Formats: sequence, structure tokens, C-alpha cells
Amino acid sequence: MNILLAAILKVIGVLMFVGLNAYILIWGERKVSGHIQRRIGPIRVGGPSGIMQSAADILKLMSKEDFVPSGADWWLWVLAPVVSVAPAVLVYLVLPIGRTLVLRNLNVGLVFFSSVSSFTLLGIFMAGWGSNNKYSLLGAMRAGAQLFSYEIPLILSTIGVVMLAGSLTLQRIVAAQTHYGWFIFPQIVGFIVFFVASVAELNRTPFDLAEAESELVAGYFTEYSGMRWAMFAIAEYSNLFTLSALGVTLFLGGWHGPLLPGWVWFVLKSYFLVFVGIWIRWTLPRVRIDQLMDLGWKFLFPVSVLNLLGTGLYLMVR
Amino acid sequence: MGKYLDILVFVIGGIAFPVGVVTLGGSLRRSYPDPAKEASYESGETPFGDARIRFHIGYYIFALIYLVFDVEAVFLYPWAVQYLHLSRGIAFGEIVVFVVMLLIGWFYAWRKKVLSWM
Repeated sequence: MNILLAAILKVIGVLMFVGLNAYILIWGERKVSGHIQRRIGPIRVGGPSGIMQSAADILKLMSKEDFVPSGADWWLWVLAPVVSVAPAVLVYLVLPIGRTLVLRNLNVGLVFFSSVSSFTLLGIFMAGWGSNNKYSLLGAMRAGAQLFSYEIPLILSTIGVVMLAGSLTLQRIVAAQTHYGWFIFPQIVGFIVFFVASVAELNRTPFDLAEAESELVAGYFTEYSGMRWAMFAIAEYSNLFTLSALGVTLFLGGWHGPLLPGWVWFVLKSYFLVFVGIWIRWTLPRVRIDQLMDLGWKFLFPVSVLNLLGTGLYLMVR
Repeated sequence: MGKYLDILVFVIGGIAFPVGVVTLGGSLRRSYPDPAKEASYESGETPFGDARIRFHIGYYIFALIYLVFDVEAVFLYPWAVQYLHLSRGIAFGEIVVFVVMLLIGWFYAWRKKVLSWM
């Protein structure tokens, strides 16, 4: 009974964080994009720097009608936002937030993370196929092509870290960085591959082919409005945070850092990577889908394999 | 079962959150259904035909190759976890054989022009 109660408290805490994170990032992304493009961003809606902009957005989305389009496959269409959000919540379980603070110290944490976060594609595909809209269908098909290009480099780039740490438990991987130093230094190639592949996983510019506004209106969520659309946005921002947090865990020393408590460092570093992601999004133009596939298969894949072999060689001769 | 109870609770919580919020949003405002509103969006044109057509997936061979390489990547995990505890010369030699076989397949696919958009 106590375990159940603790689990319920944990999930409520995570859901509150997911909401807060989306609130901060919806505002933060507009603010950062504004400054990067020499605009100002939200300034008018309440408080300093338009901090209430997200609250106004929530009110708008709450009061906006969300109807099921007539041609839609009802079950697929209605379940797609749920399938997008559920894995985004689930991955928080294994993130090592502090030295002793992790919601569930799974012994296959890394595999759990990468397998659960792949479910996001299922939500995208359900939305795209269920909408009965040509833009949505094209967006969903592109999302599939994208997954086939980035998923293998993403997995292979983490294997070098697993070799150095000798564990799949994320908490142990962070602990191993106590005497090795941050894994970004021996695994710089792995980190670059990981970062590029994770931008592709998040469907963000320069790899936002699944929702490319200027080509496909909004891609797979063209037909969604109101709170159902908001679910996709919440899932996207939640994934942006969790994938950055995974990058911090694997390469940037997780909760290691001087003076401040561990969880503060973890959150600070994660939001730093989130900031870099936003920075890239508002700086680079979009690539074409065949360019993305070429990048994934003909560059990132061999590079990550060579990184794997190089790590093995280094550990052997050391 | 008790060991994985929190994962189950997280799955339920992750499902309950969107369902609850969408239901809440739906109960806060009125709904005015209208055939023109419910038509699928095609940049303002009258929609024609069905989107669920026989669609040429230009990358289906990619998908097959992806499946092969994804399974190969799963084979690498147990090796990577145990690498520091194995006799490293032998372990490294074995993985070189494994990866080189993988790369031969990859190179063959590339030369056969499979890794290009069709």
C-alpha cells in the first residue's frame, strides 16, 4: 500500500513538473527566438518580460473548440495525443536527478529510456493516419523516414558511454563520472552524434520535417486544435527536457558540480542543453528529407561505429 | 509484480493526464458542430478524395535495413556492459569481427543504391 501511495505521489510530482516545464519553455522559446532574431518576443501579457504569456495561451486553448474532423478514424485520432504524452511522462522514472534522488533505479535504465521514447513516433503516426488529411499523412510518413535515419546513431552513440561506465543504470553511469571526469571529454564524438540525433528525434528544426510549417501546414497535427493540440505541444516540450537531461546524464556529469546541491546542477545543465536546442532551432534552416537520411546513414552511422571501436581500443590498451 | 508497480502507475498517470485535461477543456466550452468546420483542411480548398490512399513509401528498404541494424545494436549492449570485466583482447577481437560484418552489409547496401531516396 505504501509503495502504491509513493508511486502515486511520484507521478503527481512528475505531472506537475511536466506542466511547469511546458509553461516555462513555451514562454522561453518565444523569448529566446525573439532575441536571436532581433525581435523582442512576448512583452505585453502581464508581469516582467511577458511571463504570463503561457497562462494566456492555456486559457485560450482551454476555451477553444476541439472537434473531431468528419473523415477521421475516431479511435486513432483521439488516442494519438494520449500515446504521445504517456511515454513522455514515463521516461522521468529513470532520470537520475540527484546523488540519491531517482524515482526508479532500473537496472536497464538506458534501454528503458530509448525504448519508451521511441513510442512518440507511434503517436505521430496515429495522428497522421487517423486525420484523413494529406498534409498529416505526409508528415507521418516523413516522421517514419526520420526515425529510420536517426535511431541507430542515437543508440550506438550511447554505447561508448556504457562501455566506459560498465552499466546501463543511469545512476551508475553518473557515479562513474566521479573518477573519469565528464564523459563528454573521452566521448566527444559520441556526444556530437547523440546531440544531432536527439534534435532529429525531437522533430525540431533543422530536422522538423514531420511538421514543416512552410510545406505541410503543421504536418501530423494539422487537424488538431484546442487541448488536444496542446497535448502534442506538452509532449514535445517534455521530450525536449528529458532528452536534454539524458544527454546531461550520459555526457555532462549529471548531478556532479561544485557548491550547489546535485539536483540544482542537474536541472541547470539540462536547461542549458534545452537552450542550445532552442538556439539551433531558430538559427538553422530546415534540411530536405533525403539530406537527413544521407546524414544519418552515410555520416552519423559510420562515425558512431568508429567511435564504438575507438572506445574499445582505448579501453584495451589503457 | 510489486517491483514494477510504479511503472504501471506511471503508465496510468500518463494516460489519465491527457484524458483528464482534454475532458476538462471539453466541459468548459460549448461545441457547435458544423459540416464545413469538420471538413479536413486543405489550404482552404474544398477537400477532394481520401487521404488514406495507396501511398508509395520511398524508404521501405531503409525500413528493412533499419530493422536489421536495430537488432544488431541491441546485441552490442550486453557486450558493452561487460566489456571491462572480459578478457579485453578477445572481447575486442570478437566485436571487430561483428562490426566489420555489419559494415560490409552496410557498404553493400550503399553500393546497391539502397541508401538513396526513391
